[in-house]
Amino acid sequence: MTTLAKHSAPVSPAPDKPKPYGGLRRFGDLKIALLFIAPAMIGFIVFYVVPTIRGVYLSFTEYNILGDPEWVGVDNYTAIAKDPLFWNSLAVTGQYVFLNIVLQTALALGLALLMHQVAKSTIIRGALLMPYLMSNVIAALLWFWMLDYQIGVVNQFIEWAGLPRVAFFGSEEWAIPTQAVINTWRHMGYTALLIFAGLQAIPGHVYEVAKLDGASAFQTFRKITIPLLRPVLVLVLVVTVIGSFQVFDTVAVTTAGGPVNATRVIQYYIYQRAFTESDFGYGSAIAVILFLILALVAFIQMKFLKGNESDLD
Amino acid sequence: MTTTASRAQLAAATRRRRPFNPRRAAAWALLVLAIAVSVLPFLWVLRTALSTNNALATNAASLLPAELSFGAFKRVFGLQSAADAVAEGGSGAQIDFWLYLRNSIVFSSITTAGAVFFSAMAAYAFARLRWKGRNAVFSLFLGTMLVPPIFTALPNFLLIKNLDLLNTMLGMVLPYIFMTPFAIFFLRQFFLNMSREVEEAAMLDGAKHLRIFFQIVLPNAAAPIATLALLTFIGQWNEYFWPLLVGSQDDVRVLQVGLGVFKSQSPQGAPDWSGLMAATLISALPVLILFAAFGKKIVNSIGFSGIK
Repeated sequence: MTTLAKHSAPVSPAPDKPKPYGGLRRFGDLKIALLFIAPAMIGFIVFYVVPTIRGVYLSFTEYNILGDPEWVGVDNYTAIAKDPLFWNSLAVTGQYVFLNIVLQTALALGLALLMHQVAKSTIIRGALLMPYLMSNVIAALLWFWMLDYQIGVVNQFIEWAGLPRVAFFGSEEWAIPTQAVINTWRHMGYTALLIFAGLQAIPGHVYEVAKLDGASAFQTFRKITIPLLRPVLVLVLVVTVIGSFQVFDTVAVTTAGGPVNATRVIQYYIYQRAFTESDFGYGSAIAVILFLILALVAFIQMKFLKGNESDLD
Repeated sequence: MTTTASRAQLAAATRRRRPFNPRRAAAWALLVLAIAVSVLPFLWVLRTALSTNNALATNAASLLPAELSFGAFKRVFGLQSAADAVAEGGSGAQIDFWLYLRNSIVFSSITTAGAVFFSAMAAYAFARLRWKGRNAVFSLFLGTMLVPPIFTALPNFLLIKNLDLLNTMLGMVLPYIFMTPFAIFFLRQFFLNMSREVEEAAMLDGAKHLRIFFQIVLPNAAAPIATLALLTFIGQWNEYFWPLLVGSQDDVRVLQVGLGVFKSQSPQGAPDWSGLMAATLISALPVLILFAAFGKKIVNSIGFSGIK
């Protein structure tokens, strides 16, 4: 559900409609506004602004919770540059993100097109949305059971098909793809609904014109649907990438970074350094790097895919 | 005789209206498959929770519960003696899901109530009041949506620790209770679109902003506020990382964290699958109930949050 909050939506400035008695008071409604905004402002400053600054500061210190943070300059960053576990976590997370983009976007786009063609009922949309409403922990445990090597139902089917059983969580090559499939399962319906909403926003007359011009179904899809859907697709891509980079819950519950280092994703590595090894400075430095990666990814996607412009205008 | 005839007519009529179209049929088949993949795992969880562990091993793929039993649910709620629990493949360790359930309800309710109410106040100030720097402050608030939660989680953990609030409900709810950027954004959008006439009339009558907010704006925005509360509650119910960091002790542990603990307690290597699935189902139940009751609200909100 948290991903709901990550959507960058267009910000329209509030209209300054003059009030019946407006203009007389120099500061407008500043006083009463301060009262209305005070609680939110406290939360904003104490739990968003200060920790952001403190997080950056901590990344330049050595700090194991007990004493005081000790300034060490860029030592943490130079250590990270030489840390094979960090580079491994980056590679593992990258693999996970890539699999999620491909699987999720392709499946969700297909699903959205199907819904647009044959079924628009709320019940069908609701059924597809169900996995998304479940927590990561529940999704993880549910699949941990169904994919169990010994008595999981999926391996039972695999055996009936005459294939060898698969250690989905226990083998190094399968662990990350399995995590990606679980995440795709949870988000597929949600992403499809986002794209579906985008499809419905395309005016019908555009398609009628294409039909009159004798365009084939594939041509219409490639020349009309995809370009007009671009802002939604970019949004979906940004949400998917940013969300997948922060994978933690499913890994923590099922494989805890293993087998060996196969699923030690960035956020799990930060968690381990900060909380298991009480190395807050080092953990914060990796968190800063993750933050920068996410900002860069969002910037590139918005800039080069022009996510905030629609071809409809 | 007449019924058969009319049925035949009806069938003919439907056929005429919708000639069999192989592409349509294929589309439906794929859609049904997608729905099955989304929904069937939950039935599988129910089936497993109603089975006994010993029978699960030999009936790995039977559709109905293997040896129907409510033992797993009893075990999860601590109603089964340790000896019985071990005999049925449980760990025998006491796990008090009633406590976790209560904690989850308290945690999600308090954070939802606080975040929605305070965000509504802030949204009113951003949508209706005129003050210098309003749009700049609003942009700053929105900017916090871009900061990854892990980044602020570390310093926030230290803050809660310094305040000596680790393993307290207060420490768990504090970061969420004042606002969420999404809630402010969501409600501001609705307030902007609401008609000003009633408010302006009240203002001419000398009503103050506080009264207008409580007596006019809040009641008129009841529907979007309910939707927001629903989304926030589900999100908070599913929260895992922060409660894991701050609430690791039994008396404040929430269900999602408790589930992880349950999973790691496996006697002699074989996990207590039916117990774990019963616990999973219980953890999912409140969300399932909310979804059954307000599914339409939730489904229709997706279009809004994604693209306005």
